[in-house]
Amino acid sequence: MKLTVDRLHITLDRTPILREVNLEARKGDIVGLVGPNGSGKSTLLRAVYRSLRPADGVVRVGDDVWALSARAAARRTAAVLQDGGGNTTGLTVTEIVALGRAPHHGLLGRDGAADHRAVQEAIDRCGVLPFADRDFASLSGGERQRVLLARALAQRPQLLVLDEVTNHLDIRARFELLDLIRATGVTTLAVLHDLDLAARLCDHLVVLHKGAVITAGLVLKVLTPAVLRDVFGVRATTERHPDGVIRVVYGAQPLADDGTTDADSTAVGDGTADADSTTAGADTTPDGDGRSAEGAVR
Amino acid sequence: MIVAISIGAVDVPVGDVWGIVLHHVTGTGPAPADPALDQIVWNFRTPRVVLAALVGAGLAVSGAVLQTVVSNPLADPVVLGFSYGATLGAVLVITFGGGMALAGIGASAAAFAGAMAAGALVFALGQRRGRMAPTRLVLAGVAVGYVFLAATSYVQLQATPNELRTVTFWMLGSVAGAQWDQLPTVTVVVLATTALLSLFGRRLNALLAGDESATALGVDVNRLRAVVLVLAALLTGTVIAVSGSIGFVGLMIPHLVRLTIGADHRRLLPLSALLGAVYLVLVDLLSRTLDRPNELPLGILTALLGAPFFLWLLRRNKGLDSV
Repeated sequence: MKLTVDRLHITLDRTPILREVNLEARKGDIVGLVGPNGSGKSTLLRAVYRSLRPADGVVRVGDDVWALSARAAARRTAAVLQDGGGNTTGLTVTEIVALGRAPHHGLLGRDGAADHRAVQEAIDRCGVLPFADRDFASLSGGERQRVLLARALAQRPQLLVLDEVTNHLDIRARFELLDLIRATGVTTLAVLHDLDLAARLCDHLVVLHKGAVITAGLVLKVLTPAVLRDVFGVRATTERHPDGVIRVVYGAQPLADDGTTDADSTAVGDGTADADSTTAGADTTPDGDGRSAEGAVR
Repeated sequence: MIVAISIGAVDVPVGDVWGIVLHHVTGTGPAPADPALDQIVWNFRTPRVVLAALVGAGLAVSGAVLQTVVSNPLADPVVLGFSYGATLGAVLVITFGGGMALAGIGASAAAFAGAMAAGALVFALGQRRGRMAPTRLVLAGVAVGYVFLAATSYVQLQATPNELRTVTFWMLGSVAGAQWDQLPTVTVVVLATTALLSLFGRRLNALLAGDESATALGVDVNRLRAVVLVLAALLTGTVIAVSGSIGFVGLMIPHLVRLTIGADHRRLLPLSALLGAVYLVLVDLLSRTLDRPNELPLGILTALLGAPFFLWLLRRNKGLDSV
């Protein structure tokens, strides 16, 4: 299902966290949300999985998520978050995956054949079967994330929201998890810190900086040296390897304190430099090609 | 339970007990031959055993849901201040209620009011802008508990030695004063709240995944927390009012069930109720047989018997190593 975020403003304790954020993910798209710490990525996700009510603007997953009940919204959107499975001591892996069926039942609902099928399918798909009866706490990091992904798939969602799901995983586990996510075919909005992984997983990237969308679009178009410098504060270039993999190549020297380098000093539009001013909305911030951020991610 | 009824200061053969209970419950069978025996079994022992079962069930269920909604394995009616509220209410009546011979009833009502007051305070202080964060709830409960405990201690200083003995006995809990007319209310509250809380089982399971994940699983976390806290306070207040403050059952029984059959609330709550009931019936049985004809307060035995077994189970369980 298509995800649309339309002119979203979010304020926490009177501090504006997100300003005028627009983004769109078409059915089946994997959209990556990248940006430095504190740029508002997780906050944006919370608005999408209906945990945080926006001050203004709309999140649509088919319908406005705040016009849906919590349960109805959770039947469309599933999330794998950083709370890492919470405190599930005493629940087996299968029971944790079965939590994904919660939004499909009211107070009197009992597990039926459809629930068992959804749980089994999610377990199979994520390769969780070998440890389905174990305690969550006894699993490795990679196994845990696969269990949580299985829980999300058991919800039978039409949108997946992922917050830093590759954190603390070894490199092989990361790739396996990304492949699993890609194979689901479900529309996905994923926050990723690692830009190489983001480039590997995502069709499109949205760059968030100080609560506003700086640029959005195809990976190579978005991760320009100027964006990497101005938003992420690193000297780097992006290149496509002959085998098709997109890599970010980081420079040997750190940036000078004033954030300038010799090259590409003004490649990103004016909007970026003063992104912390309240007027730097996504609609008006041109990216490297002069397209609006909203238009870049169709 | 029949066996528990048969044992006491006067031992009654199990067969006779069965006959007497059957006669009263179904109205069939021969009338009891010995009126004194009938009196002991039906008017004293039976309500007492039934009350012990209800109180054990209530405390265990309350502890189980509290541990989940405040995400803290140490939570129970004592930690959240409910028990101290009830104690203050009861102690006030025992000490200042004058020479009321019927202090039992007055103390119960006051204890219930005290538990509700503590619950309301924790509820009000544990939230900020409509959001109830688990840690804030626990700390509010602990603080409220200390305030009530301080007030209780002060009141105790004003008590006569005789009143003080009653107070101490009450604070350690007993079902010796069980009467038939208390039972309907307690039964209805314990059964109804346990049933209601069990209906929330799936959502309570989701809450184990963390607040944010539970929200993404379609649970209105704040509302769930509020509803469960109110039900737990009602349940706790009701059983403490008729039994005094019995510790350890609410803390231990739910963990015992989790460690043996798992944490799924749809099984955890009914089984905690069952195990809590059995445990308190046994403890009550011991309390009146260990030191015949004297009686020991329940609170002493619940911990003395339960703690070693619980510790053994903790050491045996491997799942706890990594958390």
